[in-house]
Amino acid sequence: MTRVLTRPLLEIKNLDVDYGLGDEAVKAVRDVSLTIHRGEVVGLAGESGSGKSTLAYGVTRLLPPPGVVSNGSVVYHPPTGDPYDVLNLSHHELRKYRWAETSIVFQGAMNSLNPVHKVSVQLMDAIKAHEPTSSKASRLARAKELLRLVGIAEDRLEAYPHQLSGGMRQRVMIGMALALEPQLVIMDEPTTALDVVMQRQILGQLVELRERLGFSVLFITHDLSLLVEFSDRIAIMYGGRIVEEAPSAAIYRDPKHPYSEGLLRSFPALRGARRELTGIPGSPPDLRGMPTGCSFHPRCPKAFEPCSTDLPILGKPDDHVGEPRTVACWLHPVTAG
Amino acid sequence: MKFLLQRFAFYLFTLWAAITLNFFIPRVMPGDPVSSLISKNQGRLTSDAIHSLEVLFGLDKKQSLWDQYIGYWQQLFKGDLGMSFTFFPTPVSEVISQSLPWTVGLVGITTILSFLIGTALGVGAGWKRGSWIDSLLPATTFLSSVPYFWLGLVAIALLAGPGSWFPSSGGFTPGLVPAWDHYFIGSAINHSLLPAATILISSMSGWMLGMRNMMVTVASEDYITVAHAKGLSDKRVAFSYAARNALLPNVSGFALSLGFIVGGTLLVEIVFSYPGVGYQLFQGVQAYDYPLMQGIFLVITISVLVANLLADVAYLLLDPRTRKSG
Ligand SMILES: Nc1ncnc2c1ncn2[C@@H]1O[C@H](COP(=O)(O)OP(=O)(O)OP(=O)(O)O)[C@@H](O)[C@H]1O
Ligand code: SF4
Ligand SMILES: [Mg+2]
Repeated sequence: MTRVLTRPLLEIKNLDVDYGLGDEAVKAVRDVSLTIHRGEVVGLAGESGSGKSTLAYGVTRLLPPPGVVSNGSVVYHPPTGDPYDVLNLSHHELRKYRWAETSIVFQGAMNSLNPVHKVSVQLMDAIKAHEPTSSKASRLARAKELLRLVGIAEDRLEAYPHQLSGGMRQRVMIGMALALEPQLVIMDEPTTALDVVMQRQILGQLVELRERLGFSVLFITHDLSLLVEFSDRIAIMYGGRIVEEAPSAAIYRDPKHPYSEGLLRSFPALRGARRELTGIPGSPPDLRGMPTGCSFHPRCPKAFEPCSTDLPILGKPDDHVGEPRTVACWLHPVTAG
Repeated sequence: MKFLLQRFAFYLFTLWAAITLNFFIPRVMPGDPVSSLISKNQGRLTSDAIHSLEVLFGLDKKQSLWDQYIGYWQQLFKGDLGMSFTFFPTPVSEVISQSLPWTVGLVGITTILSFLIGTALGVGAGWKRGSWIDSLLPATTFLSSVPYFWLGLVAIALLAGPGSWFPSSGGFTPGLVPAWDHYFIGSAINHSLLPAATILISSMSGWMLGMRNMMVTVASEDYITVAHAKGLSDKRVAFSYAARNALLPNVSGFALSLGFIVGGTLLVEIVFSYPGVGYQLFQGVQAYDYPLMQGIFLVITISVLVANLLADVAYLLLDPRTRKSG
């Protein structure tokens, strides 16, 4: 499953995202650096409230108010031409960048379709916005092709969203995300509302499409077991920070961070959107009053002396040899620089 | 379709109930106001006119109630609503058909304008919160909370009166003969400006506020974020996604307000002595003109029901979710 991936597609560097300004601000994402390579499926996992969606919104500049990116950069490497920082794009450039380069399937995929327009209209307006000179016939043909791609009958083009099942709506959204053959597709828990069988089926299709079309995927979920199966690399988020990042197999075999270990040991419920994490005692941290040092220390079974006072930095552990991986934990000290 | 037919049947039933109520009210009223009016007008009424009033108000006590009821419907279908006492000897149907165009013209047009302008401003205010349009809101809200009666009187005191270009009362310059020429139409427009402006001012902000709040609500919907993420133009997101959905609750409100054009104009027409249905109703009430009142209530009932039907049709056209039974 793992492959040699060298050319970066999107480099998130030291990203901070706050909700609100000043002292009242909720620091939802802190110092996140993550690189997605071409053709790679990167998984992002973490408990509810750990900042996964906020990171996705921040990267695509879709943060709802009062969210603001307060620091960092998001460097995009287009197939041809020089890399640029998405956060610096003008309004006009941003509009051209969106969907054509990076598309996103939202957590609320159930409500992602406009209830008053037909599926065909919503597939075609995205194409029209980016290819204003395309003919209506060609857009319609493309819309049909997209539905076929995600396994929905062509005649559903004429349907309104309320006439589709939840699973069909999510497939439509996935098809829509591929409309302009973007380089990167961000999927924020696109399958949480579905049962496990359906989730696997959709994900399987997605990975297959990825092989054919060659896009990269940032896949966000609570469910680490899904990620282990479908992604190349996995990043684990806790309290707004990435605490571990490694190839899927490596995380599965040998999780270094006690939180990753807990996530792997916790059993997701068979059905339903919200999952109890049974493997980790205690509850996620309050972003307004983060614990000092390692923010996981109040819940960590292995916490020891430096944990409550000093913040462990994310980096390659000194004791590690082999595939590149990083972790932020005092059990695996990192020599800075 | 099935849905519409059901609604239509329901409104027909309501109409029947309203008319039947109209039939019974004068029959259970204490005293006999109409017959005393008839006797007061003794000699001025033809026997036909007396007969039609007897049918309408059940003065013929020898008939059974059922026969009265049948006769009442027959007369309604002929369009005979009796004789107006205030505008004696004009039949009620003629009185109403003279005043209805004034009301529909003034209040109808202003209701539509008020909805269009208010909605457009609401879209702007809700989409760009904190913009200049948004800052209009406190002012318009204040104006709409002023009682209409007072607003009209202030407008007359300040803007109309001797030497002013705005006439303070009436629908046209006295002495002009109603006709489709530019004297008359010009005079009619001139007379309608002040009442129209006061109606607009007092009713527009309701639409604006409603639309603004719906825009704000809709703006946080997932499909709006998706529309932005797709890189659609701001204009398309604002209109085809946000406004299109925000409009839905307002449209049925608008259709219903069309139903109150006839019934809700009393104040405007009294303040401006405007020759419409409301002013006539006012005069009719003062003169105990029961036939006229009954006739106007009938027109109001019908227009409210038609407006309800319009609201249903509009909703059906605009919201695909209501079309399920297709
Ligand atoms: N609009 C907002 N205003 C203030 N705080 C917010 C806002 N949206 C999210 N947050 C906070 O930011 C933190 C991260 O939220 P986010 O939605 O990114 O979490 P998540 O990891 O996606 O969780 P989930 O798995 O439940 O989707 C949470 O603590 C949340 O309370
Ligand atoms: S740093 Fe300490 S508290 Fe944090 S995860 Fe590692 S051992 Fe646990
Ligand atoms: Mg989320």
